[in-house]
Amino acid sequence: MERLISLFVESVFVGNILLAYFLGMCSYLSVSKNLKTSLGLGIAVTFVMTITTPANWLLYHYLLAPGALAWAGLPEMDLSFLKLVLFIATVAGIVQVLEMVIDRYSQGLYNALGVFLPLITVNCAILGAALFMVERRYTFAETVVYGFGSGLGWLLAIVAMATVMQKLRYADVPEGLQGFGIRMIVTGLMAMSFMLFSGITL
Amino acid sequence: MRKLSKSFSYKAISEALWQSNPVSKQILGICSSLAVTVQLKTALVMGLALTFVTAFSNLTISLLRNQIPRNVRIIAEVAIIAVLVIIADEFLRAFMYDISKQLSVFVGLIITNCIVMGRAEAFAMGNPPWRSFVDGAANGIGYASILGGVAFFRELLGAGKLFGFQVVPKGFYAAGYENMGLMLLAPGAFIAIALFVWLEHTLLKDK
Repeated sequence: MERLISLFVESVFVGNILLAYFLGMCSYLSVSKNLKTSLGLGIAVTFVMTITTPANWLLYHYLLAPGALAWAGLPEMDLSFLKLVLFIATVAGIVQVLEMVIDRYSQGLYNALGVFLPLITVNCAILGAALFMVERRYTFAETVVYGFGSGLGWLLAIVAMATVMQKLRYADVPEGLQGFGIRMIVTGLMAMSFMLFSGITL
Repeated sequence: MRKLSKSFSYKAISEALWQSNPVSKQILGICSSLAVTVQLKTALVMGLALTFVTAFSNLTISLLRNQIPRNVRIIAEVAIIAVLVIIADEFLRAFMYDISKQLSVFVGLIITNCIVMGRAEAFAMGNPPWRSFVDGAANGIGYASILGGVAFFRELLGAGKLFGFQVVPKGFYAAGYENMGLMLLAPGAFIAIALFVWLEHTLLKDK
């Protein structure tokens, strides 16, 4: 249990998927102008990540990992090179299904998240989390915690950025730095402050 | 004979390097450009891998552009890109194992790199194969140029090395010079790329 809690804290703060591993920058940069949309996208990412990362864990460990096909009588099979294709297909598929389910059962949630769901398929944070969980050999429970924690960390970063950008509108930024440059510097400062959490170990 | 500077390839490359550089102007593919620029060597390998993938995915998609039905084109493009990324990944794993360990998941993440998708969608779907190939390669080179530039400063300032060789003389350290540890960490990447883009904007404006 302690291990899981410390993994959660790490994936939200110290190992923040956006600020420490630079994943999900594209949608982060294009959306973080507006607080409301950032919050919507952040929630959608957290939601999808919590579902797809464990789903990918199951697929990887029962289909692709070396020796995973032993139950089918093929103990020597190693299909792990297919993980990229399988992961991206799973993410795209789950996002599609989720969109239909939400549309059918919860109109309110669909109105809030619907626009963001298609964008998520190409969010590298989602695929990145799946690849990291393979590389770091997480167990299933750890993967669930990691998926949720990373999503939450991403949400935190994009919402914080959106609020900073609103204040920054009144700042006098040097001409060459306007737009992309200043946002990168703000992100850098934010990454620095997130790194301060690295003292916390449970 | 046509002048070199008038040819399509020349224009495509110079445009991707300067006026519409995919990273600094169109803000695409930022994810990986930050993560792999701690060392010049990994940055260049990553740049080459991406150039390979964009060039050949553009070529393949352009060859198939009349066969791919419009409403499933995204899936088809992703499938083609994924196959090329797997080839690049396996190649690195076989011949440059150390570098592929350092690049870790970022080679795999070329699939979701917006440059590759963007060029496939915006250019390869509507242009003949050779032009698409050049366009893809040019954008890959534009990306690699930013990666190389950022990695140059990060490795030089952060570790005092270039390509793993010590370039800051020992005497400097004796005189009190210290490596800038910040450059090697994540925040350093953000700030380095911001300053690099600033420099580029200022230089371009003077022309």
